[in-house]
Amino acid sequence: MTVKAFGRNPQLNRNGELHHLLSVEGLPKAILERILATADSFINIAEREVKSVPLLRGTAVFNLFFENSTRTRTTFEIAARRLSADVFNLDITRSSTAKGESLLDTINNLTAMQADMFVVRHAASGAPYLIAQHVAPHIHVVNAGDGRHAHPTQGLLDMYTIRHYKRDFSNLTVAIVGDILHSRVARSDIHALTTLGVPEVRAVGPLTLLPAGLEQMGVRVCTRLDEGIRDADVIIMLRLQNERMRGALLPSAEEYFHNYGLTQDKLRLAKPDAIVMHPGPMNRGVEIDSPVADGRQSVILPQVTFGIAVRMAVMAICASSKSMH
Amino acid sequence: MIELNAEAIYRDFAARVIDLVGRRDVRLVGIHTGGVWLAERLRAALKIEHPVGVLDVSFYRDDFAQGGLAPDVRPSRIPFEVAGRDLLLIDDVLYTGRTTRAAMNELFDYGRPARIDLAVLIDRGGRELPIAAQVVGRTIELPPDVGVALTRDDDLGFHLTLEQSQNDD
Repeated sequence: MTVKAFGRNPQLNRNGELHHLLSVEGLPKAILERILATADSFINIAEREVKSVPLLRGTAVFNLFFENSTRTRTTFEIAARRLSADVFNLDITRSSTAKGESLLDTINNLTAMQADMFVVRHAASGAPYLIAQHVAPHIHVVNAGDGRHAHPTQGLLDMYTIRHYKRDFSNLTVAIVGDILHSRVARSDIHALTTLGVPEVRAVGPLTLLPAGLEQMGVRVCTRLDEGIRDADVIIMLRLQNERMRGALLPSAEEYFHNYGLTQDKLRLAKPDAIVMHPGPMNRGVEIDSPVADGRQSVILPQVTFGIAVRMAVMAICASSKSMH
Repeated sequence: MIELNAEAIYRDFAARVIDLVGRRDVRLVGIHTGGVWLAERLRAALKIEHPVGVLDVSFYRDDFAQGGLAPDVRPSRIPFEVAGRDLLLIDDVLYTGRTTRAAMNELFDYGRPARIDLAVLIDRGGRELPIAAQVVGRTIELPPDVGVALTRDDDLGFHLTLEQSQNDD
């Protein structure tokens, strides 16, 4: 039986330590900073002969990807293996879910197999919260993306990337460009940026792809790319999903590229040392031009490397908390 | 709180390290934080060109299940090839031996060293593992409720303080 603790962030245990990572929203700045600082220690590991540390030896990590994603699942698997954890990938299409088993029954079965940590990606917003409420107190849940709600590890690795190149959050202008409305990455980025004290966060995109309520979060809304990225230190480009164009939210890929695509020319409006980021996978020629994606201001590939270190830090810190109670 | 003469102990310690190293080509590795301060001073004393290696053994400790991760983990950095090298592992205080065990395991993940010697400023007894130092500055048997810590002041002078821990039980 689980006891709900009203008023306490469901990710934190009784001592205020991180036990689950479900969303960046509501996490104290100190916890975000600790994750980033801990990730520093994991970056060098890739350069050693033995690319793992024994920290999570004996810990069973189950990847539950109810939504397809080879890339995110692979980076979580690499991160868990580099912590010496035992990793099990649940293939949902072949699993009992396809046979109609409910989400909670699946979780109960896996718990009976001595699972210690679930990394969950689900099409339904809130699924990881449901799981976190129902698992035994020693089990950890890490959200790898839920619906349109949150993708906290992506938000954190984006912050790590910014910190790596820019050092100080307190004097930055960061522009997030693209389909903010449907983007859980954008939401996590915005929460992380505001918590870490970035003074100017801009959401840039066509009106049809901008959600309501951004100004209340302290974000400046821009419907023109040139206004949005002028003098920016950091530009985060989001992937434009094809479904948006079929759904009549946009005229066409060509028109989107013309108005919101990041080209070398447009990039000149930002600061000369501005960095260009993208969570991947990229649609070249839709939201971003190849010369920019492959150019000297692009940090898109380093983001992937940082993502492994940040996910290692998240798992190590969550596993440090022995129980929710 | 009792203060020991850290600088005098360090002088004995450094002399013994110089004897142990002799003419060998060694690399120094310090364990955060006290071991790193000692290693930096020894590097100058031994006239070693190569930078000092730094180990933070947080990911190799044996008490993760009890205490979780330390709040202030720092990156380890070994700026030289470990394989085939003579290493001198340096720490400020040798107690149970568990930190040394963790440090050696971490070093072996960088490569197979030819030799590891351990040099510690203070050996306070209380070993729980079969670990011994090749160089000791001073041996002082201390009861479990007394802590000893190395500190460094602004002009890099060493201080060693013994402190009785408050009983919270």
